[in-house]
Amino acid sequence: MNIDIVIVGGGPAGLAAAAAAKKAGAERILILERDKELGGILNQCIHNGFGLHTFKEELTGPEYAQRFIDQVEELQIEYKLHTMVMDISPDKDVTAMNREDGVFQIQAKAVILAMGCRERPRGALNIPGYRPAGIFSAGTAQRLVNIEGYMPGKRVVILGSGDIGLIMARRMTLEGAKVEVVAELMPYSGGLKRNIVQCLDDFGIPLLLSHTVVDIEGKDRVQAVTIAQVGPDRRPVPGTEKRFECDTLLLSCGLIPENELSLSAGITLSGVTNGPVVSDALETDREGIFACGNVLHVHDLVDFVSEEAAKAGRSAAAYVSGKSLKQGKAVKIIPEGGARYTVPVEVYPESCDDLVTVRFRAGNIYKDAFVSVYFDDEQISHVRKRIIAPGEMEQVVLQKKKLLEKPGLQNIRICIETDEGGR
Amino acid sequence: MYDVVIIGAGVTGCAVARELGKYGGKFLVLEKEEDVCCGTSKANSAIVHSGYDAVPGTNMAKMNVQGNAMMEDVCKDLDVPFDRIGSLLVCTEEEQRTALQELYERGIQNGVPDLRIVERDEALAMEPNLSDAVVAALYAPTAGIICPFKLTIAFAENANENGVEFQFDTKVTGLQKQGDGWTITTDSGEKIETRCVVNAAGVYADELNNLVSSRKLHITPRRGDYCLLDKSVGGYVKHTVFQLPTRFGKGVLVSPTVHGNTLVGPTAIDVEDKEATATTQEGLDKLIEQSAIGMKNIPIRSVITSFAGLRAHEDGHEFILGEAEDAAGFFNCAGIESPGLSSAPAIGKYTAELLQKKLSLVEKADWKKTRKDIQTLDGLTIEEKNALIKENPAYGTIICRCESVTEGEILDAIRRPLGAKSLDGVKRRTRAGMGRCQAGFCSPRVMEILVRERGVEMEAITKSGGDARIVIGTLPLRQTGEASGDTGIQAEIQD
Repeated sequence: MNIDIVIVGGGPAGLAAAAAAKKAGAERILILERDKELGGILNQCIHNGFGLHTFKEELTGPEYAQRFIDQVEELQIEYKLHTMVMDISPDKDVTAMNREDGVFQIQAKAVILAMGCRERPRGALNIPGYRPAGIFSAGTAQRLVNIEGYMPGKRVVILGSGDIGLIMARRMTLEGAKVEVVAELMPYSGGLKRNIVQCLDDFGIPLLLSHTVVDIEGKDRVQAVTIAQVGPDRRPVPGTEKRFECDTLLLSCGLIPENELSLSAGITLSGVTNGPVVSDALETDREGIFACGNVLHVHDLVDFVSEEAAKAGRSAAAYVSGKSLKQGKAVKIIPEGGARYTVPVEVYPESCDDLVTVRFRAGNIYKDAFVSVYFDDEQISHVRKRIIAPGEMEQVVLQKKKLLEKPGLQNIRICIETDEGGR
Repeated sequence: MYDVVIIGAGVTGCAVARELGKYGGKFLVLEKEEDVCCGTSKANSAIVHSGYDAVPGTNMAKMNVQGNAMMEDVCKDLDVPFDRIGSLLVCTEEEQRTALQELYERGIQNGVPDLRIVERDEALAMEPNLSDAVVAALYAPTAGIICPFKLTIAFAENANENGVEFQFDTKVTGLQKQGDGWTITTDSGEKIETRCVVNAAGVYADELNNLVSSRKLHITPRRGDYCLLDKSVGGYVKHTVFQLPTRFGKGVLVSPTVHGNTLVGPTAIDVEDKEATATTQEGLDKLIEQSAIGMKNIPIRSVITSFAGLRAHEDGHEFILGEAEDAAGFFNCAGIESPGLSSAPAIGKYTAELLQKKLSLVEKADWKKTRKDIQTLDGLTIEEKNALIKENPAYGTIICRCESVTEGEILDAIRRPLGAKSLDGVKRRTRAGMGRCQAGFCSPRVMEILVRERGVEMEAITKSGGDARIVIGTLPLRQTGEASGDTGIQAEIQD
């Protein structure tokens, strides 16, 4: 198969990357999607609120996906459904499989990783108790309800306040289930503020911060769940247990970028994001392999996924046309003071875009804090934020012009600062 | 009238069934759960002990050493993954060397081959992640790792192919001597007549024995908690590493599994309830703490699941085998705790031979010795894979992405004799759902296949039989036929 760019995954990231690559002049693009349709996880996100940034209107998940699917169709980009990528070699040999073609290999000039993420399961949380039916990750329950049309249960406890858990609290309630409580291990929610208001507060569902599940009862099906408060060490505090009779436990305890294929390609991953470390072109440390969307780092809004993926698509197109994306000397981007990571981790001033978006997340809640950017020791910007929370992605934009004015620049530091002037 | 009814379809009951399949006769296995391998056999260390642990002369010692020696051929005949990786029993205090030496000598008496004591340097060369405290170790090269599900399922399938019947979801409630034989009463009120009974009821074996024999048994369910680690840390340990009991506790093992995961466990906590397989925070904490005695830097953050099993611990800590003295035709396989899995082939053979003598059973000419496991894509060349997919396109569709399980494998698991009926049944046969996402991705897909294949509604699909239903019904909106339901929801949440 004569393919220039193979895109692994036909969700929002893969679709936006494909469209952008094609518009940037790339030919022979192939999207490999394991599901029965394009659109990825958006297909089961039937709630609204998507696309406010991109389209300036409120769309449902499937509607948002359709706008990109339409583009892919109009641009006549090829795709294969029901196709699982089994391996990517360090020199970009992609091995995939489906019923019609069997196992096939493509020697790609460039690869865009857009595999998305998976949910952290109960086992990884080491929650004690029985292991009955009725324990679902929130996304699995969302699929059962929204795609298959089945109710997972009627009395529900939710552990974790990630966005899917919050959305499912509302969804299950609207379908007639009683959501008893949402328990969150951390002292803050991992989800968007708007989802806490619209999905919990508006329905009178209590959110218990600094709580976790300490027991699951029921041999066949869940019968009750006990939650307890946790101390600063996040360990349960004896005597604070509360038992809830229920038939369902939903888990929304974090998303993990799905990077098994990246590892097979020999790509270095970040210990913080669990996604590849990338340059400003979103190129991994394997030349010609790019990453975008939730496989790179877990996003809060799909609009940012689309924007990031378009950049990856343009980079891949440029790479295929022979342009070097790492010209000159790299400048490291270093997160400090509450910023947990940055994407990208380095910028090449000579080859980067005029504007480089650097995204990051905070490790805690900060009120009336500042996001500051330093070029070595010089403060370049200092922007006040009313609130910075781990559930919401932050960004700063670097200007190529400014970078080129500093030829000896070593490091760019991005910090969250809590009082004027200090660090 | 059956010749033999075996009560319990765990690894022991199924091993006896497999051996009985050699003979002409009418045989039945009764199981209270919906599938084979639902009790102790599904939640254990998945290892084959070399046999130095048990007191010389005991059934435990004999069956373990014999079972270990038989395992290679059994696994070859039945297409079960088994790997003789060897074990290291580590000693972390100089004062413990005597205990290590005693076990070495015990092993020699039991007939364990090639045992030797290795000093720290050699042990460390074999296992680089041993803790700094390790001074020496007892190396047993004949110890191995095995898939306990596959072994049990393979015994059962082979038995079934040779004519042994299986009846699931059937609990024995009564056992009456009837002339020369026995009448078994089940929870559905059914009466089953048989000449002989084999008691392979695991943690319930004492209750069955005590119905018919004055030599009372008492089994304590002894819970063992385990943590299973992701394949990504697969190279962490190469042998099964045990610890000598110390003043800090009995110690737990760290071992690779045949599928490339790492298993850490078990604890040993006596419980009352014979169904109490819940893990506890205390148990898991203790496990993690104790595992650090023999090994260092255990990548416990890579845990993908934790679980607990119950050992059928008889007060005398010995396998109770053979015909009960005061109950002719009632054969015990009771008190089968560790090394029960290792001993299963030997216990099966021993018990079947007793039954053969008792009933004068005759070997069948057409006994089928071998059984093939489910075909997978593992180890095939691209050409071979494509030939398979061309012949059966279901092999081209991956259902479980973590373990790369295809639809072809799942269909085979459901369609073969004694096939899977539930998600756990599919999981134990194919590994679908056993990987790092723990079935988050594949469970709705496997459910769809079960619905299609079994011709039942989605609501009838269970995790593990009984009341373990996964969905409770269709959406209320669908039931009332309100096709525009979603629009209504949006209107409601827009403010």
